[in-house]
Amino acid sequence: MDASPPPKSDLLIETNRLSKSFAGRVVVDQVDMQVRAGEIYGLIGPNGAGKSTLIKMLTTLLPPTGGDALIAGLNLRRQSGEVRASIGYVPQLVSADGALTGYENLLLSARLYLIPRAERAARIKEALEMTELTEAADRLAQNYSGGMLRRLEIAQSTLHRPRLLVMDEPTVGLDPVARDIVWDHVRDLRGRFGTTILVTTHVMQEVDALCDKVGILHRGKLVETGTPAELKASIGPEATLDDVFAAIAGKDAETSGDYRDIRQARRSAVNG
Amino acid sequence: MASPIAPVANFATQVYAVADAEIRKLRHDPSELLTRAIQPVIWLVLFGEVMAQVRGLASGNGPYLDFLAPGILAQSVLFAAIFYGIAAIWERDLGVLHRYMVSPAPRSALVIGKAVSSAVRGLSQAAMVYLLALLLGIAVDLNPLRLLAAIVMIALGSGLFSTFSLIIACIVRTRERFMGIGQVLTMPIFFASNAIYPIDIMPNWLKVVSLANPLTYQVDALRALMLTGGVSRYGLAVDFIVLAAIAAAMTVIAARIYPRLTM
Repeated sequence: MDASPPPKSDLLIETNRLSKSFAGRVVVDQVDMQVRAGEIYGLIGPNGAGKSTLIKMLTTLLPPTGGDALIAGLNLRRQSGEVRASIGYVPQLVSADGALTGYENLLLSARLYLIPRAERAARIKEALEMTELTEAADRLAQNYSGGMLRRLEIAQSTLHRPRLLVMDEPTVGLDPVARDIVWDHVRDLRGRFGTTILVTTHVMQEVDALCDKVGILHRGKLVETGTPAELKASIGPEATLDDVFAAIAGKDAETSGDYRDIRQARRSAVNG
Repeated sequence: MASPIAPVANFATQVYAVADAEIRKLRHDPSELLTRAIQPVIWLVLFGEVMAQVRGLASGNGPYLDFLAPGILAQSVLFAAIFYGIAAIWERDLGVLHRYMVSPAPRSALVIGKAVSSAVRGLSQAAMVYLLALLLGIAVDLNPLRLLAAIVMIALGSGLFSTFSLIIACIVRTRERFMGIGQVLTMPIFFASNAIYPIDIMPNWLKVVSLANPLTYQVDALRALMLTGGVSRYGLAVDFIVLAAIAAAMTVIAARIYPRLTM
């Protein structure tokens, strides 16, 4: 839907027929996806559409079975270590360690990402301030609320100032207030550091309010991309993103999602 | 930046990151260390005192309890280390493992970090068993050099078995399956070794199994190092080389298959 293709260097994610199949079952099907630097890109689609699998490939957790991708100019297959160093990832599950304090979780990340010792304390302090967790820093993360945990995870994932932050349903299970706070921090990150953000969500209002661009994944294929306004206009004058979603995913949306998807989503909701 | 030791220093930082996180968790909740101390008490006091009545069970001339103590030390370290696999699956189910896997740390650094933390756990176990042995009047050798060597052997054994457990976890992938297989593996490792009886009284086929069992070499070293006048049957150098070589092989395998857990 872009009028003119952006220059190469401007792309933080560029996939080329990226595919994944499990035992012959195609889950991600030749996806060509482009995310520009500084963009907030929303990936939507019904459960089982392949969002999490696509995200796992882009974050190097899962090797592709076909195609290729450049992440921040690095080859996903051949430079996976470098790719990991230049991205941050907030998984759908709770990835902060509940048995450690907020500070200790950040210290762990600072060391794993090799933030120089001289800068560690200042970085952690800044991250705690940015996510408003300074006062809770010495409490065990298992005593945090769902919103605090997500903020801690975002702080952990961005301590090394990644060029790209990938978030898999970061607001699932959060109440509207906690959700807004999380999104404020995400906007703040982009404002301060120009971080590019790729996010999956089921909340269409969120997509509408925050994403510069949306990609709709359906049965493993990227079937539609555009700005939220473009997508709505393609359906009709009064259309909402829910209408867009229903038009594309409609019949599948009700019956989709296997046991594992649902179990994960519900558990995230409970933990959140 | 271009310093030749930079990669080594970075690797060490990442190993330390993982180990330190585990040790901090243990400090937040040390109750595990105390509950784990109960098992060696049962073995030494109940099993040991009864079996001491059987003549000829201990090789050499010392009392059976002295013979048994290093075996029970190795056993409690083994049982603690074997839980690392289930902890890894648990971390995967929670989501914590994803954080490690998307970090730029080499997988070998993650594996070694876990092994180091297992070694720290094992050593705190060992301290309890040493204390218990002293209380029971066992002829414990407190020579600092021998203590240091015992620390090395305990750390190696603990790292080795925790990494072995991690490999099993990567293969079976679920907690339920691990629970089943954990028992099936731990018991033969323990009984097909020289931990509670000498290899000499075993049938021949079991002798062969015991000689291929790393626990045998750990116990052999500990018998020489923990007890006054203790001697190693295979030689401390052999014990050390066997344990170090198997630990290295396990680390290579685990580093390869650890990422499978989050796939």
